Amino acid sequence: MSAPTAVESVVNVGADLLADAAAGQAVDVTRVDWQPPMAGTAADLATVAGDPRRAAANERALAAVLEVTATLVDVVPASEALGLEAGEFLHAGPPIAWDRASGPLRGALMGGAALEGLVDDPEDAVALFESGSSVSLEPCHHRSAVGPMAGVVTPSMWMWVLEDAATGRRTYCSLNEGLGKVLRYGAYGPEVLERLRWMSDVLGPLLQTAVRAVRDESGPVDVTGILTQMLQMGDEAHNRNRAGTLMLLRDLSPALVGAGDPGDIAQALRFVGGNDHFFLNLAMPACKLALDAARGTEGSTMVVAMARNGTDFGIQTAGTGDEWFTGPAQLADGLFLGDYGPEDANPDIGDSAITETAGIGGFAMATAPAIVRFVGGSVPDALATTRRMHEITLGENPRWSVPVLEFQGTPTGIDVAKVCRTSVLPQINTGMAGRVAGVGQVGAGLVTPPAEIFPKALARLAELAENQSKGVGGAA
Amino acid sequence: MTTHVELRRGAYADSVTLLQVSRTVQGLPGVSAAQVAMATPLNVEVLLGMGFEVPEEATTNDMVVAVRLDEGGSLDDVLAGVDAALRDSTRRREGGSSEVAPPRTTAAALRRAPGSVVVVSVPGENAFVEAVDAVEAGSDVLVFSDNVPVAQEVRLKELATERGRLVMGPDCGTAVLGGVGLGFANVVSPGPVGLVAASGTGCQQLLALLDHAGVGVTHALGVGGRDLSAEVGGRSTLTALDRLDADDDVELVVVVSKPPAPEVAAAVEQHAASLSTPVELALLGAGQPDLTEAAERILARLGREVPQWPVTGSTAAPSGGHRLRGLFVGGTLASEAKLLATSLLGGAAEGDHTFTDFGDDAYTTGRAHPMIDPTLRLEHLAQAAADPDTAVLLLDVVLGHGAEADPAAQLAPALAGVDKPVVVAVVGTASDPQGLERTVDALAAAGAEVHLSNARAVRRAVELVQEATR
Repeated sequence: MSAPTAVESVVNVGADLLADAAAGQAVDVTRVDWQPPMAGTAADLATVAGDPRRAAANERALAAVLEVTATLVDVVPASEALGLEAGEFLHAGPPIAWDRASGPLRGALMGGAALEGLVDDPEDAVALFESGSSVSLEPCHHRSAVGPMAGVVTPSMWMWVLEDAATGRRTYCSLNEGLGKVLRYGAYGPEVLERLRWMSDVLGPLLQTAVRAVRDESGPVDVTGILTQMLQMGDEAHNRNRAGTLMLLRDLSPALVGAGDPGDIAQALRFVGGNDHFFLNLAMPACKLALDAARGTEGSTMVVAMARNGTDFGIQTAGTGDEWFTGPAQLADGLFLGDYGPEDANPDIGDSAITETAGIGGFAMATAPAIVRFVGGSVPDALATTRRMHEITLGENPRWSVPVLEFQGTPTGIDVAKVCRTSVLPQINTGMAGRVAGVGQVGAGLVTPPAEIFPKALARLAELAENQSKGVGGAA
Repeated sequence: MTTHVELRRGAYADSVTLLQVSRTVQGLPGVSAAQVAMATPLNVEVLLGMGFEVPEEATTNDMVVAVRLDEGGSLDDVLAGVDAALRDSTRRREGGSSEVAPPRTTAAALRRAPGSVVVVSVPGENAFVEAVDAVEAGSDVLVFSDNVPVAQEVRLKELATERGRLVMGPDCGTAVLGGVGLGFANVVSPGPVGLVAASGTGCQQLLALLDHAGVGVTHALGVGGRDLSAEVGGRSTLTALDRLDADDDVELVVVVSKPPAPEVAAAVEQHAASLSTPVELALLGAGQPDLTEAAERILARLGREVPQWPVTGSTAAPSGGHRLRGLFVGGTLASEAKLLATSLLGGAAEGDHTFTDFGDDAYTTGRAHPMIDPTLRLEHLAQAAADPDTAVLLLDVVLGHGAEADPAAQLAPALAGVDKPVVVAVVGTASDPQGLERTVDALAAAGAEVHLSNARAVRRAVELVQEATR
């Protein structure tokens, strides 16, 4: 037992008077800007804080996430990668049925049905989904996958396959179609389906050849490593993936040039090079691969998924198994394409908030000053956003650092308890889909989850902690 | 209706900037639709969708300015507006602070200032969570907050024991760590005494008396009023004893507490006996020495002389009435007064006299502690002074960091108007920021008899009551 020593610094949380009294004695005082927690959470916060498992569980959960290195090992159709069969549709966000599905999700499902030949005209798919007899909907997250925006995956779509070298665990994501009128934004016109068919017939096989060649010759592309670099090059890996896309092209091009017909290759290179978001569909499964490592950590209050289906926003935590905590998806605040306005936008949609869950995207806004004007914000606002996210996270990612913040690691591991304590909500950068099926993208901006899902998750964590202390049993 | 599309070769702005410019231009008078964008395939598609014709020679490196005007709209004005919006978009933005926002949780604060001692004074239902942050980050914590459930106190102290940290509190009003006072703390010189206190104002009384006797206190570790209860089991007291035992500057450890649970007292005594530093237990309660006697014992064990406890001023002679009215800001001082006066005046007179603790929860809900805000006690003082049944008024004034900057400023004028005897215990040290001597003199000049020892003040007040009723 060490002897008490003179106090050199004090952290004061509460009455300023006591901080003043310490400061008056030439002691350094750090004042906490304390505010009451979200309504109705005080008792649950105390229960969770007192859970003897929590501190170690959160340490383990965070360490597990940080240990994962995602590598690009294959590109295969979803039928092969996920065993997806005709009539099975994956979608973004928590579970939802057709009757509650939003416009863009419906549009993407209709386009997907036509792509798979279930209907000739996408419009005919409405009856198909209404009857529900030969089709089924399931979240991407339930199949180790993630999908941007509507996130619709059908058996014939080609998927990136990412693997954690240490454990062999895998995650999957479709190939990015580009911006504008695209399926994931709910568009299903002929040009959308034509592009998707070209991606399945030409792009997917070419990428498969290239990815396998790189993998077999020099080891798989280190996606986590590319993320490390792109964060230093002005990408936050959600709404800006420009550097990441170019680095992927750099890594795949030598193998791609011999992979097939020169005309096809040129078209593939043009397509990838012309789509600044192409890398997003690798950033997302890399983040999921890391976060999934923390799933099932009993007692942990860390968020392992944030996802939206255009109607509901859901989160899952490491300590609550596969349960989703949901609330209404919010409208993003941002800028609109063309003469679209807020009335045209659908509420928040997509699994891409997995990037923020892993500490990048909106959480790494400070590293992407080029896009801060999405919110009419300034560069200092971007720095403040990243700093603010450190208030609700468990730690920092030593690999993913932000140069302008003195190479501080990105804020990683959203803590449900800290969100409830501070009322600081995770900041998400997002694209906005049109409200009406078939419209496509209408803008981009910033959004947060609905606040109430965090107290819901906290209540469940508190209940599990109480059961544990009574010996009733652990998490589901 | 005028439609205008122009290509600006080699002009570039990023897409987000151009979205903002477009929005600005759309808001200009006379504009029905507008889009300013780089001529990427996506943007060309958007422009076509809006009904604009885009020149075929447009490349992704060209900027397209497309506007459609209402009847009577001026193209020149609108194009000037486009240029202004583009110019504004590159201008350095005002607003947006580069200052770092303060931390929002104790955990976040400790990431910025690791190793700090944490002082928690948020509402009781929220205090545990902040205190757990402190202990988990490896910091000692003083929990000033009251109304913390006892189960949370136990859990917090279990956690602290696991991590080798000290929890001072909950409801810990004062601590001195190596000369630095936290909470309501008096300014003391370092010296041979180390205090463990389960009583805030009891601790402050000892600090004041020892300071007057020229004996310094290196550390005073508050542990919270419930620490020696059966539920809490003296966890912080045991940790604090070990801390003080490990400090070579501490020659005598003193434990001051309300009456402990017997099994906890036994455990503390047993632990104290195992330490290399001698331990003096000053346990308050009926039949136990008062705080002043405890101070005298400490001085005796250190081989120091017991000084005269100072008395300043003289008060009015009693002029009727039969009740002793004690109006206190210090909880331990109030209970010491009640115990002592009741034993001296006899059980028969018990119901007659009042000993109000304005620091009690019943008086502090929704308002500041009376050591900070004297309003409530001053109101009660005026009533008690006007009551013909009142024989003598007995008050305490507690000095030190955190307390009212000049308690005499309002109390002295209030006392000056009282024609009944007034006895005041001023608990403070010579170096306290309010000025002990100045405060004492101001109260004495207002007609009060001022003591440093609360027990002496009580005894004097009892004498005056006896005179009044003789």
